[in-house]
Amino acid sequence: MARSVSPAIVAEGVAAAYGDRLIWRNASFTVNTGEFVAVLGPNGSGKSTLLRLLLGLQPPAAGSLQVLGKRPLRGNPQIGYVPQRRNIDRDLPVRGRDFVHLGIDGNRWGLALGNAASNHQRVDQAITSVEAQAYADRPIGRLSGGEQQRLLLAQALAGRPQMLLLDEPLASLDLRNQIIIAELVAELARANGLTVLLIAHDINPLLPIVDRVLYVAHGGLAIGKPAEVITTEQLSRLYDAPIEVLHDSHGHMFVVGLEAESAHHDA
Amino acid sequence: MMPELYLAVAPYFGWDVVRDVQELLRYAFMQHAYEAGTIVALSAGIIGYFVVLRGLSFAAHALSHIGFAGATGAVLAGATPIAGLLVFTMSAGAVMGALGQRLRGRDVTIGLVMAWSLGLGLLFTYLYKGSAQLAIGILFGQIFGITSQEVAVTFVAGFLTVLALVAVYRPLLFSTLDEEVAEAKGVPVRGLSIAFMVILAVAVSEAVQVVGVLLIFALIVAPAAIAERFTTRPSRGLLLSAALAVLFTWAGLTVAYYVPYPVGFFITTIAFGSYVLARLAAPALTRPRKRGRELLAREEQLRHSP
Repeated sequence: MARSVSPAIVAEGVAAAYGDRLIWRNASFTVNTGEFVAVLGPNGSGKSTLLRLLLGLQPPAAGSLQVLGKRPLRGNPQIGYVPQRRNIDRDLPVRGRDFVHLGIDGNRWGLALGNAASNHQRVDQAITSVEAQAYADRPIGRLSGGEQQRLLLAQALAGRPQMLLLDEPLASLDLRNQIIIAELVAELARANGLTVLLIAHDINPLLPIVDRVLYVAHGGLAIGKPAEVITTEQLSRLYDAPIEVLHDSHGHMFVVGLEAESAHHDA
Repeated sequence: MMPELYLAVAPYFGWDVVRDVQELLRYAFMQHAYEAGTIVALSAGIIGYFVVLRGLSFAAHALSHIGFAGATGAVLAGATPIAGLLVFTMSAGAVMGALGQRLRGRDVTIGLVMAWSLGLGLLFTYLYKGSAQLAIGILFGQIFGITSQEVAVTFVAGFLTVLALVAVYRPLLFSTLDEEVAEAKGVPVRGLSIAFMVILAVAVSEAVQVVGVLLIFALIVAPAAIAERFTTRPSRGLLLSAALAVLFTWAGLTVAYYVPYPVGFFITTIAFGSYVLARLAAPALTRPRKRGRELLAREEQLRHSP
């Protein structure tokens, strides 16, 4: 086994609150370094809140949480974060490249006088790694959803993180782009040894990629290999909706009912 | 204090009549006007870039109106207008900044506070019983009535404004463009929002001396709005905005020296004219419809060709 087994995330009896309401509790799980974990669950179940805890944006309501060997701390440079996107203003007079640059030194005070050249090189590297060279100099609001998603991923990568937390990076992409972006994330994670937590509604584009699946539902968290968790009984119970897991002649799984469920909630 | 305020309107009353006698004096005023105007325009142009980027044009406008109540109130209380301007705009700015993103789309609330501030200013002016000139000076600017002491104050305030903006430039840009990631990266988003509005309050208070409460859009919003049509690089946008604000101010002052109409009219006219020209001449980036038509035409051509 090539992968290191030292844990990237260790949660013991963690509870999370949204406002003054507990949304899940008693969460104990471990995510290993280099693992690609898909985070699934109905809307409002607390998937984004889990990322907020890991980012140190809010403390756990109970239990202990360790991220990369430390308690979560806001501003941890080892974590790259891509939040759930609202639409970027079409007329925003800023290039994709400038967004990527913020990932390197956007949190520093004063002007960048000394290391401008090396920063530009890092920006170029990050843009190249997501293959966005062709449109990185265009205003970001004018780009397609997939192109924006690549540049925001590049922004997260430009900080040279060890962990990526991605909140619905595949939302509002067509199926082809969902697969392309998912595979891109997996490839980058593999190449850089990154641990990835990726929130998604539709598990299908992720099935060939993920190591494990983390479910957030019914006030708790459950983690497991796709084959263990992704069964008709498990999913239907987690989502409170009729969901079927089909297997095709090649042995591939396909989940039916989940997209309709999420689409219904998003509307 | 008062003589300057009266002199604010001198250009339109006595410009030609006592021309020879006042020529030398007027030269000193012009010097003061250029000095104060330049530093005000620089800080207004730079902060204006962020005002437009953060979608706070209306809030900035309201801030200056709140300043009107402060300035007239200060005069009524026997203080200088700039003191009242600073106290009122900085307090209001801190409250607006604390609201952060929630400030966006609050047109009704902002508008009501703005109207009430003008009403308060009206009451203070009435109670002062000095003259309407006081109110007119604050509403429309009094750059030709500025004293060398006021120039010095403006210089310090302007220098601090620019210095503060340089210090917070990167985190401010980060939290403006991408608040959630900035917060996760450790940027004090809320504190910056408050700091920004307080810096804006100082810049607005300075700018009121040049263009007055009502015409502030010309120096804070117009240059930035034009700059954003010509560049997609924040650093260039910022510099272009500052350069345009200085240009508008210089041009306005110069024309006003020769033509006996208020300088505020010239500065706003130049700003508005430039904005119209910029909209007409803006590069392809801002002309999606034209590009769309071209693409459609090309497609049509391809379809008809064998």
